Amino acid sequence: MLGSAQAAPLDVEKDQLKLGFIKLTDMAPLAIAAEKGFFEDEGLSVTLEPQANWKVLLDRVISGELDGAHMLAGQPLGATIGFGTQANVVTAFSMDLNGNGITLSNEVWERMKPNLPTGPDGKPLHPIKADALKPVIAQYRAEGKPFTMGMVFPVSTHNYELRYWLAAGGINPGYYAPNDVSGQIQADALLSVTPPPQMPATLEAGTIFGYSVGEPWNQQAVMKGIGVPVITDTEIWKNNPEKVFGVTEGWAAKNPKTHLALVKALIRAAMWLDENNNANRAEAVKILAKSEYVGADAKVIANSMTGTFEYEKGDKRAVPDFNVFFRYNATYPFYSDAVWYLTQMRRWGQIAEAKPDSWYDETARKVYKPEIYLKAARLLVEEGKAKEADFPWASDGYKPLDEGFIDGIAYDGRKPNEYLTKLPIGLKGGQAVQGGQLVGG
Amino acid sequence: MTSVTEASTLSSAEALRARRKARLAHSLNRAAAALQIVGFGWLTPLLRMAAGDSPRQQGRELWQQMGVPLTALMLFLAAWAWLAPQVNTSLGAIPGPAQVWEQVGNLHADHQAERAKEAAFYDRQAKRNAELLAKDPAAEVKSRPYAGKPTYLDQIVTSLKTVFTGFLLGALVAVPLGVACGLSRTVNAAMNPLIQIFKPVSPLAWLPLVTMVVSATVSSDNPTFEKSFLTSAVTVTLCSLWPTLINTAVGVSSIDKDLMNVGKVLQLSGPTMVRRLVLPSALPYIFTGLRLSLGVGWMVLIAAEMLAQNPGLGKFVWDEFQNGSSSSLARIMVAVFTIGLIGFLLDRVMLAFQAAVSHTGTR
Repeated sequence: MLGSAQAAPLDVEKDQLKLGFIKLTDMAPLAIAAEKGFFEDEGLSVTLEPQANWKVLLDRVISGELDGAHMLAGQPLGATIGFGTQANVVTAFSMDLNGNGITLSNEVWERMKPNLPTGPDGKPLHPIKADALKPVIAQYRAEGKPFTMGMVFPVSTHNYELRYWLAAGGINPGYYAPNDVSGQIQADALLSVTPPPQMPATLEAGTIFGYSVGEPWNQQAVMKGIGVPVITDTEIWKNNPEKVFGVTEGWAAKNPKTHLALVKALIRAAMWLDENNNANRAEAVKILAKSEYVGADAKVIANSMTGTFEYEKGDKRAVPDFNVFFRYNATYPFYSDAVWYLTQMRRWGQIAEAKPDSWYDETARKVYKPEIYLKAARLLVEEGKAKEADFPWASDGYKPLDEGFIDGIAYDGRKPNEYLTKLPIGLKGGQAVQGGQLVGG
Repeated sequence: MTSVTEASTLSSAEALRARRKARLAHSLNRAAAALQIVGFGWLTPLLRMAAGDSPRQQGRELWQQMGVPLTALMLFLAAWAWLAPQVNTSLGAIPGPAQVWEQVGNLHADHQAERAKEAAFYDRQAKRNAELLAKDPAAEVKSRPYAGKPTYLDQIVTSLKTVFTGFLLGALVAVPLGVACGLSRTVNAAMNPLIQIFKPVSPLAWLPLVTMVVSATVSSDNPTFEKSFLTSAVTVTLCSLWPTLINTAVGVSSIDKDLMNVGKVLQLSGPTMVRRLVLPSALPYIFTGLRLSLGVGWMVLIAAEMLAQNPGLGKFVWDEFQNGSSSSLARIMVAVFTIGLIGFLLDRVMLAFQAAVSHTGTR
């Protein structure tokens, strides 16, 4: 290509865009693309607008008030299969890996601590399993107190992670049914929706005893001394896919070049965030701390963004992969990631009936658009802004067998039904929830 | 002789001075009424003192008008500064006056920084376009507006625009409807149940309906008004038109019967009657209604912005609450004071307007 670095921006259909986000550190690629001028390089003028909660955000993308948004990976999938709001939402860009944690209140932690194995330094051994929480929940029950926990949205990663962790420890987090979407059927621990920034306040008020949320809301709890993060999501599922960048199918069809330009800018932002072994993270923290982005105090954000995580106060450990934005092909929208989310929707009854393996693959292909991603990556390589070796050109969209789960159960995205049968608690085969009971099989 | 003339000039000079003094006192009295309306009543005793009135009496007046409120304000600030640090929230102690004032400075600095960024953006754009044109004179260059974040001052302006739009829409509906209700018992009987039912509805109940209706009706890609702006404005309209409507109806129905009879004798046409007799006599009532409406509209707007995340001061408050940084509470307090102060000023503006139109500046 000639004069590669100076390639003219794409001739975009729409050059003024409004993108939504929730105040969480994993919206970083959007903030960085705006602050570092990556959007501008693509000929886009982008306004970033914080939203009140995940539902408002999704509704506004569907209604067209927002051109696109930082979304929970489950949202485009949930919307497409019609769980909650029905709309065709697609993604061509996965925003990050990991980035969440589960926090318990001080009281629960005190009761749970004696059940934990400790290392030679007297500190609890990590990862902490939910087995240690099981007797505590029984205690609460005996005292007549239902054990309540918070998560951010019914189709959120946080919901599925919390459920995965609890179920791996033998605690039933409850089922969804078509006529009961509270997700608390047969539950040992009652999970309910709380918007991320309100988590610490709700925990402090005693309405919930723990929560699963993204940063900085776990570190905030440590800082304020109101709770103890017990586990990060990378310990539940190593390098799990987290947020995606979502737009409606209609918007993508109408603005293909704009979409490509957006993905280009976002890939560059993700590269910047992980460049030179996270060298830019300190600067990123300063940008995220601005009131128009995440707005929390810089030292709270820095705790996780710079590769450490503070569990119990004073127990700061290295978690170099707490936030991954680019390495390990973090930004590529793998079909297998979509399929995992769909298996969890099926596992907990959000998908009420059994589906064949082919359905999982088809649904993933309807929502995840790696072809757009690769097109954007190709342009960046041609412009000299990215390295050829950084992208999985030959991938068929399925990651190899994944054994990075806390309970050691391996996941193969090509065989979702077989995977479901291996999970201890949850619907499998032709099972369904009827009248508060599991039936069929 | 000489002594007589001296005495007469002396007395005429005295009379002149007395007359001037009386004139001054008269104009001061008139000014006092006007100052009172715009909220500067405390200036009157100062002016009187400067004009040579008894310092003792005016001093007492000054203490009443200025000293007492100021002392109360000081006491409030002292109580706030003392009590605030004793409440510990998960975001740290409640900020005192000093921290809040510091945030006023920060918000101002933010605003200026954003404006500097805006200027830099336009510079870059101009440079880029110039380069493009230099390379290829036929190149198609684009100029895009700056897409930075709205600053605190921008949010204030947005809120003011929205509240006035909603309020004016409301007035346009409420005044004619009120006149009709006041003039005709039948219309009044028809409207009454609707008014009674809709008046007490909270803005938060209207909002979802308005949002859905606006989203459904405004469908073009580049509407003249943003959907969020329309949602807020229409919610303000729905909540704020009732005081104007009711007051107008009461004002119109209580017009002196003799006046109406004179109108009939003169065989004035309907529209002339309304224009010449009804509106002028009901004006004080209408303005009282408008004042109440604007007050309600302002309160409603902030709530609507918070709930629907529409741009404006309400969104600023919610965003700061969600930020949960150590300066968030102080920033929210800045917004609280701003909202109160603007509400107060809006009321004063309406009052001054009312006084100018109706010559009855009652508070």
